[in-house]
Amino acid sequence: MINWKVILNIAKTHLLTKMKSTVTAALGVTFGIGAYITLVGFMTGLNQMLDSLILNQTPHIHIYNEIEPSKKQPIALYQEFENAFNVVSSVKPKQSQKKIHNGLPILNYLKKDKNVLGATSQLRAQIFYLSGSIELGGNLIGVDIMEEARLSNIGDYVVEGTAEDLRNSENGILLGAGLAKKMSLKKGDRVQVSTIKGDVFPLKIVGIYQSGIAEIDNIQSYANLKTVQRILGEAPNYITDINVKLYNIEEATAMAQSLGKKFQVKATDINEANAQFETGSNIRNLITYAVSITLLIVAGFGIYNILNMLIYEKMKDIAILKATGFSGTDVQLIFMSQAMIIGAVGGILGLILGFVLSKLIDNVAFETEALPTITTYPINYNIWYYIIGISFALISTFIAGWLPSNKAKRIDPVRIIRGT
Amino acid sequence: MELVLETKKINKYFDKPVKFHVLKDISFDIKKGEFASIMGKSGSGKSTLLYILSTMDTDYTGDLYLNNTLITGQKHQELSRIRNKHIGFVFQFHYLLSEFSVLENVMLPAKKLAEKSLAEIEHDAMEKLKMLDIEKLAHQRASRISGGEKQRVAIARALINNPSILMGDEPTGNLDSHNSENVFSIFKRLKEEEGLSLLIVTHDEDFAKRTDRIIQMEDGRILD
Repeated sequence: MINWKVILNIAKTHLLTKMKSTVTAALGVTFGIGAYITLVGFMTGLNQMLDSLILNQTPHIHIYNEIEPSKKQPIALYQEFENAFNVVSSVKPKQSQKKIHNGLPILNYLKKDKNVLGATSQLRAQIFYLSGSIELGGNLIGVDIMEEARLSNIGDYVVEGTAEDLRNSENGILLGAGLAKKMSLKKGDRVQVSTIKGDVFPLKIVGIYQSGIAEIDNIQSYANLKTVQRILGEAPNYITDINVKLYNIEEATAMAQSLGKKFQVKATDINEANAQFETGSNIRNLITYAVSITLLIVAGFGIYNILNMLIYEKMKDIAILKATGFSGTDVQLIFMSQAMIIGAVGGILGLILGFVLSKLIDNVAFETEALPTITTYPINYNIWYYIIGISFALISTFIAGWLPSNKAKRIDPVRIIRGT
Repeated sequence: MELVLETKKINKYFDKPVKFHVLKDISFDIKKGEFASIMGKSGSGKSTLLYILSTMDTDYTGDLYLNNTLITGQKHQELSRIRNKHIGFVFQFHYLLSEFSVLENVMLPAKKLAEKSLAEIEHDAMEKLKMLDIEKLAHQRASRISGGEKQRVAIARALINNPSILMGDEPTGNLDSHNSENVFSIFKRLKEEEGLSLLIVTHDEDFAKRTDRIIQMEDGRILD
């Protein structure tokens, strides 16, 4: 039979008459939680940005035809040399095409798979950009631009013009930003490209593409798949790459393996391609949590200290309460509720502080050549960090309150009253 | 005559600093409506006995009965409830909660008991304060009133749940003669008008002589 009204009333009176200690303790929690929210929001925001910079340009599964030597050289088939030690010098790659054999049926198969969010076909062509007498080597990638824009954030990297502009133009090109700068070209100009075979085509610049990675922007441009097929003089079924985006990224590894076997193609998955980015993100997350937990533990010690002091000051009060019929549990609840009130108020203020600081950082200008889509520092406002923050505030104040309040529960009123 | 309090062969030892037999076979009783005092030299064990009777000290052997119910061996939670409902306690040093108002101090044990509504409790508390002639202090902070007034507030608090017995550990020990007299007459009136049982530990011989019965203690024993 616990009389919460009385207990909370006593707790409230204690807190209000000791305003200074209460505020100090609550501020400890507030700063701890506020710093956690700010730190975790900022760090994960940066992580996401850096990851997306690379990962969003990387398909979950990339299917292509690799030029490589035959694993079995013809001599291995010759029975007479079966048990001999054969040396083949000057091995050449297997004679094959760059295009994916049966590319369009594979694409259709993938589009019907229920695990696949989408699949796009690409045609990568080695070309030269002609600027007067200068030839700049580079790539031209033929894409289904609207499908690409749906599946990756390529749209974000088109800094001038839009993806639609490319779709609507028969011989348009999204020129790499580095190339545009080198050749002093801008949107609306024409650029001449030459294939390896030497055929020259004029293309109209409908937009500028800037990925933020200079090595790409200096060589790579996009055009419609059909345009590139025409430039190369190839049939509409000529594609060199298929990019697959899955609903669940975890399935990428297994699916890449089965696709590779099934269609006799090279299929790499995102985890293979980007293992190092995972490591980087994990370490940054680890640091964020280590710092945040340290802050919260310090706040917890603050509460522990203040409650401990409060209980020493209130020894006589505790003795009176016990003498007049309050049980040890009642007394413990009085001090526990003080701790929890401090934790809850401090925690909620901490969430608000963290949110405000995050907003401030979010509005600080952060412009860099490398990241065309970013104008301010990135912040992650994931609701889970707020839930974790308030939970940690409550748990740490619970523990910090439990120890001193347990002491208060055990205080022997007779010893206090008799002064021994 | 009905008994309020009865003890049978209560023994208690102190372990610190050396093992010491404080109470030796204490057996006595208090009748309903009796005003008894316990006298004895310092160290005779009278306060120790009182704290055992008040149920706050549970470290003893023997049996303690309150209203003919065995109290010994009850759980702490239950002892708190008994203390709350049946025993009023007045200390030598007033011992009010200094951050609360006089009225809140008096109301607190009744709020804990939670048998009446808040309005009833407040009404009762005002009645008790009126009876002790301190109703004008009701809304003062407990830390802002004089020593004699504090002791009267403590008495009001002890009475709020209409206990079976009021115990006092030298309630006048810290007061001047005027206030002591005042407290004594309050006790006397409570006994006569309300039929309250009282058990007061005191050093004050004048005070003790005017009670119904003096229980003399020496070296942990009751002298007959």
